[in-house]
Amino acid sequence: MNLGPHADFIIASYAVTALVVAGLIAWIATDYSAQKRLLADLEQRGVTRRSRRGGGDTP
Amino acid sequence: MAVIDLANPTRFLTLVDRVLPWLAGVTALVFAYGLYRVLGAPDDYQQGATVKIMFLHVPAAWLGMMGWGVMTVAALGTLVWRHPLADVAGKTAAPIGAAFTFICLVTGSLWGRPTWGTYWVWDARLTSVLVLFLLYLGMLALYWAAEDPNRSARAAAILALVGAVNIPIIKFSVEWWNTLHQPASIMRAGGAAIDASILIPLLIMALAFTLLFFTLHFAAMRNEILRRRVRSMRIMQARSA
Amino acid sequence: MSPFLALLARDMRLAVRVGGGALMGALFYFIVVAMMPFAIGPDLNLLARIGPAILWLGALLASLLALDRLFATDHDDGSLDLLMMGAMPLELAVAAKAIAHWLTTAVPLIVITPVLGLMLNIDMSAMGWVALTLLAGTPALTFIGLIGAALAVALRRGGLLLAVLVLPLTIPVLIFGVAAANAAIVGPAPFGPPFTILCALSLASLVLGPVAAAAALRQGLE
Repeated sequence: MNLGPHADFIIASYAVTALVVAGLIAWIATDYSAQKRLLADLEQRGVTRRSRRGGGDTP
Repeated sequence: MAVIDLANPTRFLTLVDRVLPWLAGVTALVFAYGLYRVLGAPDDYQQGATVKIMFLHVPAAWLGMMGWGVMTVAALGTLVWRHPLADVAGKTAAPIGAAFTFICLVTGSLWGRPTWGTYWVWDARLTSVLVLFLLYLGMLALYWAAEDPNRSARAAAILALVGAVNIPIIKFSVEWWNTLHQPASIMRAGGAAIDASILIPLLIMALAFTLLFFTLHFAAMRNEILRRRVRSMRIMQARSA
Repeated sequence: MSPFLALLARDMRLAVRVGGGALMGALFYFIVVAMMPFAIGPDLNLLARIGPAILWLGALLASLLALDRLFATDHDDGSLDLLMMGAMPLELAVAAKAIAHWLTTAVPLIVITPVLGLMLNIDMSAMGWVALTLLAGTPALTFIGLIGAALAVALRRGGLLLAVLVLPLTIPVLIFGVAAANAAIVGPAPFGPPFTILCALSLASLVLGPVAAAAALRQGLE
């Protein structure tokens, strides 16, 4: 396929878009695993959320 | 499941867990087909192959605006119904919308270099997108400056509504300012003048980008709900300690 | 005296007292405009051409930077809580504060504008028109900035955050203000359209500003 005399600009725009989207995906994915790990860590240490303890316990 | 059940963050989380893989899969498929159609699209007789940049630039611009629309709806949810999920939706839409606005600016600039001979022209559309980007940066700065998520959610909601009122005014004034200073730009191709061989791939790409936005948005909302859970659990832990 | 006028008078008295910022905005404006030729060079023709832009940018920065403490001092000493609990709608109270701020900050700035115009080689006959555009446009700057000031105090942050939030929203005011001023000085575009749009922006922000600022205060400080 021939991209003409301005192939650099076309490739650069597709590359920038791919990079930004990949950055977003990477940020969201690492954030997800980090939050999951923190939650698991807290639950392991015996901290539970109010809603899990049933209605009787009001702070 | 009724829509009202989604008010409960836990229900929302289970729904996201179930829907997200499918949504991501459909997004990838639509993207693959869209890119295939883009490869097959003919060159523009005036701009040559650089018209391929349009298939990224226009959907990114659309999503940049839609991102602020999502934030506006979420802001109404925050202020009128005090909906906890609305805060989460508004907060997570901001960085994603900003990222797409950034893509629109960069691709516009890369498109401008072969078309206008320079990377940046104070063209009305490009300038409006730049102002939208500045508004997004202000919104991110607001979230960045605030410690308490409840407080920042309401402040951000008000800013989102003020921005929503202002964006049309800004767009109008930038266009007026532009006609004052320079003639209409080359990029101003009328909607109806686009040939179907270009329009259909463009619409497919727009759909793919929209699906991508919602995939990312749902995933980011899930992260934010988990983050708030971690936060409240830490506070409880500190209280009981 | 109605509570609205009482609050207006109180804020104006506070502004002109020792420690108040009444003339500080005008002083800042004077210094910013006086510094421009050092950056641009003393070419009088160039200065005359971009003079209105310099004056408008100076006015924009001066009115925004002065807004920083609009609610902060009242929040610190508790009088903001009294205003929020008072019988007067918070929107009106906020508007009274903004008008007092405009009278003590923007009006001195407009008064010294002809002198600065002289230094920028702007034609004396056109100077009145430039001052008129500032008179019509600075209320919009104050009332848009009011939203930022309310958000800043609700978030307990200030300074640059206010400018970052508010400056993009003031772009239309800047565009039409400078366009009207340029039309008055050099033409050839008519003065009427940009000037009337500028007035419309001021009137619209007169409504939007207090409503949004009051909402921000209520949401942020409850």
